[in-house]
Amino acid sequence: MTASAASTGLSRSLIRDRSWNFFMDAIVFAALFATGYAVVAVARYWFSAPVAAVHISLSPAALPRYAFYSLVRMIVAYLLSLVFAIGYGYFAAYHQRLEAPMLALLDILQSIPVLSFLPGVMLAMVSLFPSRQLGVEFGSILLIFTGQVWNMAFSFYASLKALPRELMEASRVYRFGRIQRFLQLELPQGAIGLVWNSMVSVAGGWFFLMACEMFVLGKRDFRLPGLGSYLQSAASAGDSTAISWGIAAMIGVVVLIDQLVWRPAIAWSDKFKLEQVESSSAHSSPVLNLLRKSPLLGRLRAGVTTPLMERLYSSSARHAPEAKTELSNWQKAFVVLAGILALLLILLGVFQGLLVLKAITRADVVITLESAGATFLRVVAALVIASAWTIPAGVAIGFNPRLARIAQPLAQIAASVPATALFPVLLLGLISLGGGLNTGSILLMLLGTQWYILFNVIAGAIAIPSEFREVADIFRFSRLDRWRTVILPAIFPYLVTGLVTASGGAWNASIVAEYFHFKGQVLSTFGLGAEISSATDAGNFAVLLLSTIVMATLVVSVNRLVWRPLYRRAETRYRLEA
Amino acid sequence: MPEPLIEARQVEKFYDQPSDNRIQVIAPLDLAIYPQEILTLLGPSGSGKSTLLRILTGLSEASAGQVLWHGSPINGPCENVSIVFQSFALFPWLTVLENVEAPLKARGVSPEGRFARSLRMLDSVGLDGFENAYPKELSGGMKQRVGFARALVVEPEVLFMDEPFSALDVLTAENLRSELLELWEDKKMPTRAVFIVTHNIEEAVLLGDRIVVLGKNPGRIRTDFHVDLPRPRDRKHPRFNKIVDYIYQVLTKPDGDPALTLSGPAATAVATKYPMLPHARTGGIAGFLEILADHNGRQDVYRMADLLSFEIDDLLPIVEAAALLGFVKLSEGDVEITPEGLEFSNAPILRQKELFRNAALEHVALLKQIKRALESKSDHTLPDDFFHDILDEHFTEEETVRQLETAINWGRYAELFDHDAERKRFFIPEEAAGVPQDVEVGTET
Repeated sequence: MTASAASTGLSRSLIRDRSWNFFMDAIVFAALFATGYAVVAVARYWFSAPVAAVHISLSPAALPRYAFYSLVRMIVAYLLSLVFAIGYGYFAAYHQRLEAPMLALLDILQSIPVLSFLPGVMLAMVSLFPSRQLGVEFGSILLIFTGQVWNMAFSFYASLKALPRELMEASRVYRFGRIQRFLQLELPQGAIGLVWNSMVSVAGGWFFLMACEMFVLGKRDFRLPGLGSYLQSAASAGDSTAISWGIAAMIGVVVLIDQLVWRPAIAWSDKFKLEQVESSSAHSSPVLNLLRKSPLLGRLRAGVTTPLMERLYSSSARHAPEAKTELSNWQKAFVVLAGILALLLILLGVFQGLLVLKAITRADVVITLESAGATFLRVVAALVIASAWTIPAGVAIGFNPRLARIAQPLAQIAASVPATALFPVLLLGLISLGGGLNTGSILLMLLGTQWYILFNVIAGAIAIPSEFREVADIFRFSRLDRWRTVILPAIFPYLVTGLVTASGGAWNASIVAEYFHFKGQVLSTFGLGAEISSATDAGNFAVLLLSTIVMATLVVSVNRLVWRPLYRRAETRYRLEA
Repeated sequence: MPEPLIEARQVEKFYDQPSDNRIQVIAPLDLAIYPQEILTLLGPSGSGKSTLLRILTGLSEASAGQVLWHGSPINGPCENVSIVFQSFALFPWLTVLENVEAPLKARGVSPEGRFARSLRMLDSVGLDGFENAYPKELSGGMKQRVGFARALVVEPEVLFMDEPFSALDVLTAENLRSELLELWEDKKMPTRAVFIVTHNIEEAVLLGDRIVVLGKNPGRIRTDFHVDLPRPRDRKHPRFNKIVDYIYQVLTKPDGDPALTLSGPAATAVATKYPMLPHARTGGIAGFLEILADHNGRQDVYRMADLLSFEIDDLLPIVEAAALLGFVKLSEGDVEITPEGLEFSNAPILRQKELFRNAALEHVALLKQIKRALESKSDHTLPDDFFHDILDEHFTEEETVRQLETAINWGRYAELFDHDAERKRFFIPEEAAGVPQDVEVGTET
């Protein structure tokens, strides 16, 4: 998919079945060839000797290569996430005893600020592969992975749990083997959720990628060739042409991925809708249509995939289908042993962590808590400002289909450009205006989080039945009444969903928004995010651990104490029932 | 008697509670399926008929007792059975052909064999030409034909059907029923016995060689008899009507009574149970009484069902509720309005509420219990959990929730108490409530 990027000038009006099938084949073939070359190139780079601080060229000619490297990181991290998410979701859904702890773990992992793991992960990875570039690369990939995997895992788990009972029973009574059940029942059921969550995850992944391509850890300066480091270097150098080129490249990559991957994926996943009646609104994608028509892919399917699947099915059919078996005694012993081992490891980790924390002074604690308060206020401010403009704008867009057709794709693109890529540019502006990071960081948080609220509000406004608005018209509701009795209650569940995501995002963004390396100096303001970043810079692991724990605790408790009750209220009281 | 294909011996289903109580869903019962018969299993909702089907197929395990497949105990799903589901249970992402092929794939049949057998099956249920359609493009009847084809393509010894026609409209259902019988009579089905669960009495009599009627709370066999009518059966045949009437009598006999029998084993006696509220809306009860009063106050239950074109599942709770409140009396499948019921049906709305309140306090234990508990508190309010825990001892979780929902609906109508869905509390409103509140406030959560 990487190289077919070059060939998207296809205009739809020109498509004639015969001739274009040949072209499609040529493109598919070229894509396969290019992928092969890319794998080799990446491998050669990864296994080269490590260069910690790569020199970043600001020439636009270097951009395709940087974009390519960033993209490879994204793809590898995404594939890892996909496999892990499916495994985790599957395991949690089918093992009753592990279900509750696995879900709780998921909930907490989702709230931990990924970026504060950057130093730990990087150091571990670098020491794991001391003589290869692989170490640093893997560190960044691992970070992107931890930033995007959890919601995908949760989505797959939730779709497995939502499997209609009768479909499960049908697969049992017709004696599906494990493979057939997975391919014909579980994976299709999870497909739609996985596709949508993948989109969100990858957008989040770009955010982290931009941040972790270039960072300082104690005395060491890590720099990976990529779009993020290009943008940061350009901003540092104050080179506005390079900045524009970098942002253009970034937007280009995001739009291409959207058109070449997500649109086709969404159109394709339409067939997995669990509906018994055909709905009128179907997604379509010209790229998918072309791929479907490609004879080469068709032949590939007939010649390779189908026979392979047949082999799988017949081998799984030969195994006797599930007769209930009790765990044998030594299997039970093994499970218990594994449990004990896991517990011991956790205890060891806690103990080691406590050892590190011993270096903490009372003053550290006071400062950390105070800074947490400051960041908390910033997060709240960012959410309030974001709501203040997105709610009216979202409702206006949602109520006006013509506006929605124009605004939605634009907003989607705006949202998928990672805020971290724009930070350096915004900072330039802020500094020239004379503003500091104290209020500036709120703006930076806003940049990354407002979209979640906007999209959810639009979705909510679209879902308001037109009868509701007609009632408001007939009874001549005042503007205030209209908002109070119709609009706000109806969009409430959507708004809460948007706010939950936005608040999580804002906390994470604080780490990059409150502390910044810029033009050889450090810009920072007082806050928990700055605390984490400066501890990273200084290699002060005690403070880093403490502030990470404080942040994770804050996010989890806000989720439990504020968002969850609101969510429940939304589910019970403000749900629009058919 | 030939040897049974599947035999249940003293199977029962119950859920153990933390206390000594257990929730009995199905009381111990014996049931055997013999070759060459269509057995229809009939029962009101909550009688555990679907649970019984799942136990017999091995999908779900009995709490006690044994299921034998050709004389040997089963472990996991039976080897050669199929199920046709009420909701069709087709895989929406597979085409019609792929859906029918799926069970063959699971058995390792070669692609060519799969294709040929599936096409033949689709042909015989009248679906040739639809191989490449997706289920969502088909009408309900067509979908169920795919369900038939999928079930029959593996040549099951016993074909189980779980209310196969109840998601279809009347005409389609009639059409599919007769086609099913045709396949069966012409021996075009590779199947030795058919087991159909239904809540439609006419359907049971139209299809069954043998009819088993389940009672509820807990589920148990109330009658088990053979139908000696020749096929095709005529609804107007006096014998047909006699059988339908007989089944209504069985179903409307109060639950504690020993079973009526034409033949077959008598039901196991059961201990008295916590009284259960029938899930009828107050509006339904009032409407029923008015119609009954219009028909001179006495009517066959099944005529009533016909008149209202109700399924028994819809009508029985209403009849039971009216009987529980003392507004009607039941005898021999007839329902007769009482003087109280007549007064109720003629009264204006406020008086109706008063009559309902009096009847409820006199006859309905749960409402009495809730009211008394609320009155004993100084602030007249109690959390849901309090009542939930009491009922939990006697009913499944799902049933407990439904019991409380019904109690809230009745209690509100009678203005005995009110309920705050958000705070999850029952309460008695302040005296101020002079104007009656509207009744049908949804409380589903």
